[in-house]
Amino acid sequence: MKTVEEIKAAIEAAVPGAGVEIVLNPGPAAQHSLRLAPESALAVATFLRDDADLALDHLSNVTGVDWPDKEIAEKVKVTRTVAKTVDGVEQQVEETVEETRKRVEPGCLEVVYHLFSVAKKHGPVVLRMRTENRSDRVELPSMTHIWRSADFQEREIFDLYGVVFKGHPDLRRLLMWDEFKDHPMRKDYVEPDDYEYEPTPHDHVLARAQEHQKKIEAAGNKE
Amino acid sequence: MDENLKIELGKQGIVVTTLQELYNWGRRSSVWPMNFGLACCAIEMIATTMARYDLARFGAEVFRPSPRQADLMIISGTVTKKMAPQVVRLYNQMAEPRYVIAMGACAISGGPFKQGYNVLKGIDRYIPVDVHIPGCPPRPEALLQAFIALQKKIDGQHLTGEDRPRFLDAEAQGEFPVPEQGEHDLVPTSNKGVWPIKIQGLGTRD
Repeated sequence: MKTVEEIKAAIEAAVPGAGVEIVLNPGPAAQHSLRLAPESALAVATFLRDDADLALDHLSNVTGVDWPDKEIAEKVKVTRTVAKTVDGVEQQVEETVEETRKRVEPGCLEVVYHLFSVAKKHGPVVLRMRTENRSDRVELPSMTHIWRSADFQEREIFDLYGVVFKGHPDLRRLLMWDEFKDHPMRKDYVEPDDYEYEPTPHDHVLARAQEHQKKIEAAGNKE
Repeated sequence: MDENLKIELGKQGIVVTTLQELYNWGRRSSVWPMNFGLACCAIEMIATTMARYDLARFGAEVFRPSPRQADLMIISGTVTKKMAPQVVRLYNQMAEPRYVIAMGACAISGGPFKQGYNVLKGIDRYIPVDVHIPGCPPRPEALLQAFIALQKKIDGQHLTGEDRPRFLDAEAQGEFPVPEQGEHDLVPTSNKGVWPIKIQGLGTRD
């Protein structure tokens, strides 16, 4: 099979301005992937399926990744002028100080597609797409019209991560009920407090048990 | 009535019994389960009904596909929060006298999915359960034992007095509220009067 670099070159030759990035996997598996720009993703996907060399006719798996907003603390060296007494004389001295600066890297939701070719017996080719953020701009194009097997898996991602697939024929929740408001696979999901008796509580289970017990006691005092 | 006298009369060809005994014998010998499986425990339940284990020996002759014709609901498997309202609704549709066996770790407590967000932590939060069977999944023998335990329970019931069964008590709760599927969880999270379970001599478990 072609390497990711060759696939990238083939895509760029076929779809001008495709905006494909290679995402390297540094691990021993070295399963590198291609990140598509959502605008041109449908054209690229159609090319990958219909190209005679690649013939990626089988979409085996679609999954989601939640990248929360990340606060990054960086140490920066700053030079400033400070008034100091050197040898009994007051002087303006330049001093280099290390300062910690914090910046927030905005998060996003990512969708990963694993493609194989039954005709050519090769694969996988891994595609990724990212939303603009995690709150209101969460739309991505649906691949259901290119690979039918994306249907239920995209519904599941819509259910559990909250990615809205544009062009999906039937975008409803798959596992949770329709009235449900949360997206349970997101990192900031808060589980309902239906905690109860646990025979051997430990670690975070113990913390939850104690928190729950406090709530019950507080409610009992009110009554 | 004196047991020895009863045996003596029996030898003479006279059968003496009480209405209660006859009534309980009839009920315990014809408990028909509902044809209703939820997860992998249902496979063991099916195995129990087949020739090798043969649940029909104990009077559970046929599995009825309608709650109206069934006496026993075997909660065989994981009850997800999406399925829980339907389980309670089916239980409400069954005619009295009705019994419930909670089969397997998931049905009695949520099992391995207890810490999750989408599985009910025991069906006894919404409907009264007569027999709990631990196991993941329980062997067919365990289900047979639960069935025998249920028969013993039916046999020991009195038709009058304080401890009479629910269906002979006009005051007892007949229908159990079906939980609503809310925005974050089921509403309510348990039915009053059913949960917490009162265990005799231990007070309530919370």
